[in-house]
Amino acid sequence: MSDEFLTLATLIGIAHSGVRLATPYLYAALGEMFGQRSGVLNLGVEGVMLMGAFAAYYAVYLGGDPWLGVLAALATGALMGLLMALISVTMQAEQGISGIGLTLFGLGLSSLLLKVLVGAPVSVKGFSVWEIPGLSAIPVIGPIFFDHNVLVYLAYLLAPVSIYVLNRTTFGLKIRAVGQNPEAADSLGVRVNAVRYATVILGSALAGLAGASLSIGLLSIFQENITNGIGFIAVALVYFGSWRPLGVLAGALLFSTINAFQLWMQVLGAPIPSDLAVMLPYILTIVVLAVGVKQIRQPAALTKPYERGE
Amino acid sequence: MRKFSWSLVIVLLASLVFAACAAPVAAPTAPAAESAGGEAAGGGAAAPLRIAIIMPSSITDVAWSQSMYTGLKAVQAEMGGEAAMQISYTENMFNVADAATAIRDYAVDGNDIVIAHGTQYGNAMFDVAVEFPETTFAWGTAIDTGADKGLSNVFAYEAQAQEGGYVNGVIAALMGDSDTIGVVGPVEAGDAKLYIDGFVEGVKATKPDMQVNVSYTGSFGDTALAAEAANTHNKAGAKVLTGSAQQVVGAIGVAAENGVYWLGTQSDQSPLAPEWVVANQLYDWTGVIKDMIAKREAGTVGGTAYSLTLNDGLVIQFNDQAPIPDEVRAAAEKAIEDIKSGAITPLK
Repeated sequence: MSDEFLTLATLIGIAHSGVRLATPYLYAALGEMFGQRSGVLNLGVEGVMLMGAFAAYYAVYLGGDPWLGVLAALATGALMGLLMALISVTMQAEQGISGIGLTLFGLGLSSLLLKVLVGAPVSVKGFSVWEIPGLSAIPVIGPIFFDHNVLVYLAYLLAPVSIYVLNRTTFGLKIRAVGQNPEAADSLGVRVNAVRYATVILGSALAGLAGASLSIGLLSIFQENITNGIGFIAVALVYFGSWRPLGVLAGALLFSTINAFQLWMQVLGAPIPSDLAVMLPYILTIVVLAVGVKQIRQPAALTKPYERGE
Repeated sequence: MRKFSWSLVIVLLASLVFAACAAPVAAPTAPAAESAGGEAAGGGAAAPLRIAIIMPSSITDVAWSQSMYTGLKAVQAEMGGEAAMQISYTENMFNVADAATAIRDYAVDGNDIVIAHGTQYGNAMFDVAVEFPETTFAWGTAIDTGADKGLSNVFAYEAQAQEGGYVNGVIAALMGDSDTIGVVGPVEAGDAKLYIDGFVEGVKATKPDMQVNVSYTGSFGDTALAAEAANTHNKAGAKVLTGSAQQVVGAIGVAAENGVYWLGTQSDQSPLAPEWVVANQLYDWTGVIKDMIAKREAGTVGGTAYSLTLNDGLVIQFNDQAPIPDEVRAAAEKAIEDIKSGAITPLK
């Protein structure tokens, strides 16, 4: 057993698990990144994920196609985002506190809805694994990257799309301007709060999708508090990735690959106490956060509500 | 100032919604006078017996919390429904400070029996138990009835989970055609560790060469990581899996998707994957609950430490929808008899 550590099959297994585990983190963290780049810290990701996860699950539970579940998750997430934007942008509530409120709200409401509408959770038929023809046959690369459900693929496509939107479109320019210097953006005719509404709603829709990637993707079931802290890790990953899509992608992959690594080490019977093994991803994330993150890249207006000084 | 008050409103609203579903659901607030009387008399003939329970997860967790709730409902039905016994419950009390408040609230509200359904609630429960000597408290997994603290109103309960674990291990060793078995553990402690250690012993006693891979997620509720652990075990060659705590719903889904057998514990997990859940070790708490009620009515409000065993309270339930060969079932039933008779004592 111990002599079999880190064979090629194991390495492929770790990478394959890591790629899949990163999915909910990617949606949630990339979505959160948009909000933060425009100056809004949304700590409600966890609650939005739970609501999205339940909405998707319930749509499929009622007999809907998984894609209908995706739509339900996006719409529910967007609605939660609208609520968050109303509270934090229009009413200018302290962002951290309102985000925690949103998380509690989502946790409570999703549990309540499960009890009232479904009762005891049962499995549903969500997205199955779809091996991409051709690509999945490539040795090593194929089994790692092209042997997943469709929500996993979409999560990775979201990274380049985010880079493009943020850096190559007018919308992206406005987001960056509003997050860096809202007064200047305003004076140039950018509607600061409108941009922030857009990013918070977009981010929350993606958080809803993150939830769906669990409930009708990886797990095919909904359970109270199914996210178990993923939303908060996602917020940390935005800092970890220095507010850049590639950084977020790297962070999500690092975190989940280490998680996959520790699972494999336990499964293969490596002589590491399990308590220590499960701490590994967190310890490493903290270490990288402490030494690697360039705070200088933090959007200057992050957490600061904008009020026109007329 | 404007900003601050809005935040407060939001947080208050959110906690209201949260509280709405975490709060006691079936608790009709009895008039104070009546509840005081009930407390003193230990539940008279007229007033229904009132039992309250605080749980770390939900009544539908397919695991630990559900096992006790199912037991309470069964006893309630047997006693004659709501008129004879009322159940109040608070779910998802993963925060011990909140649980402490709930325990106190239930005691103040005049419940006859307050069950703190988690080892982590022990200290909080003992604090309240001192103040309400007429109220019966119960907690588990535990064996400490607080006698050394001078308390006589506390029951403790636990399950000898290694017994059913051993039987499940025997079944696992004989099911499937692989030489590897995977275990999706939550936290390496308490009930889960007993079950898993017993399971491994059962496997090894049946097939000494069988490889049993054990992993822990470090959490009772990390459903996503438990699912990935199941995937990993499967990749590592396991064709039979087991696991513990409410996190396993994710792992059972993966087992069904990959066509891998599952052995359940704590509650009936068959509905999650009817064709793949071969057998479950059920925790049947009805005997414990009925005995606590009987003792209380006879004037003894605590002091007993209960232990579920295959002789009393632990049940191996075979799922008729999953194909289990006759010889496997026979081997499992032999293991059950051997444990009952004392011929085998798991983890001895």
